[in-house]
Amino acid sequence: MPADALAAVRAEPGVAKPDPILVVDEVTRRFGGLTAVDVDHLEVQRGMITALIGPNGAGKTTFFNLLTGFDAPDSGRWQFDGQDMSGLAAHRVARQGMVRTFQLTKALAKLSVLENMKLGATGQRGERFFSALLPFRWRAQEQAIEERADTLLARFKMDHMRDEFAGALSGGQRKLLEMARALMVEPAMVMLDEPMAGVNPALTQSLLGHVKDLRDKEGRTVVFVEHDMDVVCDISDWVIVMAEGRIIAEGTPNDIGANPLVIDAYLGTHHDAPLTFDEEEVALAEDAELIALEIDEDDEP
Amino acid sequence: MDWISILENSARAGVGKDAIVFALAAIGLNVHFGYTGLLNFGQAGFLAIGAYGTAITVTYFDQSIWLGFFVAILAAVVLALLLGVPTLRLRADYLAIVTIAGSEIIRLCVRSVTFGEYTGGSTGLNSFADGFYEVNPLQGGPYGFGPWRYSADTMWWILVGWSLVALSTLLVFALVRSPWGRVLKSIREDEDAARSLGKNVFSYKMQALVLGGVIGSLGGIVNAISTRAVQPDNFSTTITFFAYTALILGGAARTFGPILGAVIFWVLLAFTDSLLREMNRENLLPEAIISGTQIGQVRFMLVGLGLALLMVFRPQGITGDRRELELDAR
Repeated sequence: MPADALAAVRAEPGVAKPDPILVVDEVTRRFGGLTAVDVDHLEVQRGMITALIGPNGAGKTTFFNLLTGFDAPDSGRWQFDGQDMSGLAAHRVARQGMVRTFQLTKALAKLSVLENMKLGATGQRGERFFSALLPFRWRAQEQAIEERADTLLARFKMDHMRDEFAGALSGGQRKLLEMARALMVEPAMVMLDEPMAGVNPALTQSLLGHVKDLRDKEGRTVVFVEHDMDVVCDISDWVIVMAEGRIIAEGTPNDIGANPLVIDAYLGTHHDAPLTFDEEEVALAEDAELIALEIDEDDEP
Repeated sequence: MDWISILENSARAGVGKDAIVFALAAIGLNVHFGYTGLLNFGQAGFLAIGAYGTAITVTYFDQSIWLGFFVAILAAVVLALLLGVPTLRLRADYLAIVTIAGSEIIRLCVRSVTFGEYTGGSTGLNSFADGFYEVNPLQGGPYGFGPWRYSADTMWWILVGWSLVALSTLLVFALVRSPWGRVLKSIREDEDAARSLGKNVFSYKMQALVLGGVIGSLGGIVNAISTRAVQPDNFSTTITFFAYTALILGGAARTFGPILGAVIFWVLLAFTDSLLREMNRENLLPEAIISGTQIGQVRFMLVGLGLALLMVFRPQGITGDRRELELDAR
């Protein structure tokens, strides 16, 4: 079981993993006075499903944007598969094997589902200007790409939609299409930004199954942002918790559920302050005195 | 009323200089706007570069007109690079602002006194096109049939012009059906999605800008050789907007949209113009409503009204697919 690989890893922020595919060091991103991301050190284990959770505004999506080249950090470095990726343009990041999806799905509405899929294939000869004019240079490759796209569509049970406009798909189907399209790039690591958001419960199960397949059948690494803790506990091998731009906790789903820091981050710090009956009496008495004082002050002209 | 002459005028406008020039301009815009989603509002600048590139090479540098064509196309490539490098990384609106400014800068420069030595200032340049007519294989004439009877020289540029339209259409058709065209369309739909799939969006936008600009410059070349003159005020921003009108009228992102749009646009203009003039001549139009001198403006109003109606009842243009348009509403 691959999950054993992380069994010996201690549950603390920035802990080293036995076989990291992604290593992040001291990445910061500030928007004016706000520090959106401030990650000292992070490693993501190869071939695992890692969940990135945190309250709204924790910097999860900004962190995704930085790693995938859609935003530039103020400082920091990161390595993917042993290669320095810091500051690389988004399309180069994708070609290196790190492909992302978006929180708001980006289906290419006026392209058919099949064309959406075929676009994902990398190294297409027909995408070069002069080769594009010579169909014999890319016909065979196009054929192979189409076969691969059809196989993937069948796996995602979207083959009956293959010739529809992507704009005609439902929200959940678009999520499926986006995930399938990302796989056309043949990435080593897939980064899913809220893959379950806005998907109906029936489709959630099938999406979860597909995410597990990425790890179990294809050996890909998955990092995903998610809010639903049931989903996180169900499929992830490792959970990273962000709050206010920092990584505040790491661990297996079980470790995380018991971590008081995580509960604080989600619910606020004093939500569970002990308050016995006597203490409450004292507090109420203090309040009453304060109110009495204020009334006295008001009486004096 | 002389209906025959009204219809003949309209029929001639459908194959004439303006139809060719605007078809080429619109095919270029179709690459920019229709397929890639680039808001180029400076197509007039590319036409000006095409026309002046040819004329200046012949008149000032005393070279052959064939070298002039080459220089004109090269200059269009350079212009596209100049406009694209600073703007294509930004949002689409910035390209619109820069291109409209760029085309006006070109027009004001060529009509300025400072560059008058090269460009002929506000009067422009002429007598540079002889080289083009010397190789005319047609002699005597007239050629053609029905309303389309032309002298040998006119027939020569009409043939060359429509050949350029056909070649450009074929080129664009082949390209947009290839994987290259698929990338362009994906950029139009969502450039971040294209980027996330490993496509170098900047490079493709640049290629599209250059291709559409060069096709636009061919329009400028046809304008120059057909009139045997170039004048700065023939390249005002109106040209760009007429080309957009033709494109949207015919149907954006359609192979024959720009050609159909350009032909219909000029046929309509000629038809309303001839009709109003005939009516004026027969005193069917009270002087109080339209005087003879106002006809030139009134025809634009009528065509504008027609276009507004078209947008209401057929927003996808003549060749467009309504199903595609409705996807935007989601």
